[in-house]
Amino acid sequence: MPEMTLIEAVRETLRSEMRRDPDIFMMGEDIGPRGGVFLASEGFVEEFGEDRVINTPLAESSIIGIALGAAVNGMRPVAEIQFADFVWPAINQLVGEAARVRYGTNGGKFAPMTVRVPYGGGVRGGLYHSQSIEVLFAHTPGLQVIAPATPWDARGLLRSAIRSNDPVVFLEHKRTYRLVRGEAPDDDYTEPIGKADIKRAGSDVSLITYGLMLHHSLQAAEMVSQSDGIETEIVDLRTLRPIDAETILDSVSNTGRALIVQEDTGAVSVSSEVSAIIAAEGFFDLDAPVMRVNPPEIPPMPFSPLQEAEYMPSPEKIADAIRRLAEI
Amino acid sequence: MEQTEKPRITATGLVRPVSNGPAPVSQSNNGFDASRVPVLSESLDDSELFRMYRLMLLIRRFEETCGQHYSLGNIRGFLHLYIGQEATGIGAITPLEARDYIVTHYRDHGHAIARGLDTNRIMAEMFGKNTGLSKGKGGSMHIFDAPQRFMGGHAIVGAQLPLAAGIALAQQYMETDVVTMVFFGDGATNQGTFHETLNLASVWQLPVIFFMENNLYGMGSAVGRVRHRGSDFSDAMGAYDVDVVSVDGMDVLAVREATQAAIDQVRAHGSPIFIEAKTFRFVGHSFADPGDQYRDRSEVDLWRRRDPLVTYPKRLLEYGVVTESDLDDLSASVDAEIEAAVEFAMNSPNPDMSEAFDDVYA
Repeated sequence: MPEMTLIEAVRETLRSEMRRDPDIFMMGEDIGPRGGVFLASEGFVEEFGEDRVINTPLAESSIIGIALGAAVNGMRPVAEIQFADFVWPAINQLVGEAARVRYGTNGGKFAPMTVRVPYGGGVRGGLYHSQSIEVLFAHTPGLQVIAPATPWDARGLLRSAIRSNDPVVFLEHKRTYRLVRGEAPDDDYTEPIGKADIKRAGSDVSLITYGLMLHHSLQAAEMVSQSDGIETEIVDLRTLRPIDAETILDSVSNTGRALIVQEDTGAVSVSSEVSAIIAAEGFFDLDAPVMRVNPPEIPPMPFSPLQEAEYMPSPEKIADAIRRLAEI
Repeated sequence: MEQTEKPRITATGLVRPVSNGPAPVSQSNNGFDASRVPVLSESLDDSELFRMYRLMLLIRRFEETCGQHYSLGNIRGFLHLYIGQEATGIGAITPLEARDYIVTHYRDHGHAIARGLDTNRIMAEMFGKNTGLSKGKGGSMHIFDAPQRFMGGHAIVGAQLPLAAGIALAQQYMETDVVTMVFFGDGATNQGTFHETLNLASVWQLPVIFFMENNLYGMGSAVGRVRHRGSDFSDAMGAYDVDVVSVDGMDVLAVREATQAAIDQVRAHGSPIFIEAKTFRFVGHSFADPGDQYRDRSEVDLWRRRDPLVTYPKRLLEYGVVTESDLDDLSASVDAEIEAAVEFAMNSPNPDMSEAFDDVYA
């Protein structure tokens, strides 16, 4: 089976979906001749033309609002926000408008649109090119939020996102784009939205995570397995809204211990939500308090390479947390 | 629609038609009046003319050096160089007073140097060191120096515009004569914040100079491809009744003269002015962008022939403001300053993690 990077998986999925369905078009800043800053649409304008690969001005609110208008009229737009940090001007169009179309029209209209959002740190981007922006969208009923961490999942979930009849915020971690390689065959498979995936089996600790932190967590799990014989089960959320409570609770019922790892700051976040799910529905399976590894509560993200490295939960820090949780 | 270039007469009476083609590199001697000693500038003395060139050269060398250290891995992250736009930044910022405010975008090194911020501390910020102007937390795109009234360094396109209007509103409220100058590129003019801010600045008659560095490309998109009126901004502010001054951004003295007139007017009357400097970045949008996928080599070459770091010193020589030996000395002194800044940055300590918790709240 072919191995590819995560950005290649995104690009090839976009390409095959664009070939499959002429109702799909793309819009975003510099996605045309430049192919997007991360080259997700490299060569697309040559193949699909400027009508389907639309270069927009720097105007995020309009990008999302226009995608929404096209979506409620039967198109399947795929909009790119160049960096997640640039999405804030578009919040009203996403949270205020797109999320409410189906509800507000009593099911008469819906918005089959995908908003691709490169996010996350570890790229020395500093204050405005590093943010995790998932919480606001994951908080919003009517939106679906997907955050794949492997080329396989990126491919299967991006297909599902584009084919979904409700709006999707599709989060692509910038650091994983070229860091992560894996199998992602071109055979039209899909992965279900709202379903987590066990990325590593284990019986001692359940580690719930997503995005880049999946890879740091997998490294940490190997470290503690070798050094301490602790076997960590890793639940990759993959979808942040809706969250797959069933898979989380199944895993916790097997291990009795839950550690949640995320790159975003902890207060009122995905890790808060997962903790609440476990506390409410898995309490009697727990042998120890729920533990979280979050970055410090400072505005992300300091530019200083040293401070940034400290900010991001490292495999070592995660391994340390696994050990502490296993000892309780 | 009529596309001919027409000079716009502003409230200052300033007339400055802009040519899209290359401007002459020096003033013509045709019509030379022998009864009058030719001067390069009516209003600036030789030392100021020379100082402006020094700052331009300082920016160029600073940027080239940053590029080298980025390639070496000593500077990380994102690097947007100002090479090609030096005449614009120097012409715009040197006429400001110390009490005036500057708010700018992510391509901010040139503005920081033009403002006279400490070269060592700008460089240290590039390296993420705790001696940097933002103690290493900001990096290239987020240079701040509040005591110098240099208010960043904003990496979200267009996000700095309302902030500048707010600074101007405060000055109006406090009844000062402080001018706020906000820089942005052609790309920002399609953001909602741009139009919202222009409207409010006009409604409230705020003392702000909207300084657009029109380098013709919003990242990889030619302004004409994503903006209704293309690169013609002469009537752009018609809906807001804000005067537009267009100026050749490759001519430092033209920029300086136009900006000085605008500053004088804003300081005296408080109403906003929009300056458009037509300029060009010779390099890519950032170090990750080769800059050749969306613009022709010939276009870049055309603008490079108007390099202000070539044309301006040539004029200084022609008018006897400097000698060749002055220029050699200057080059050596700028090189030494940059070398010292790199040494300072390299030898400065990294910030401690504990410092990352500073300044989150009061």
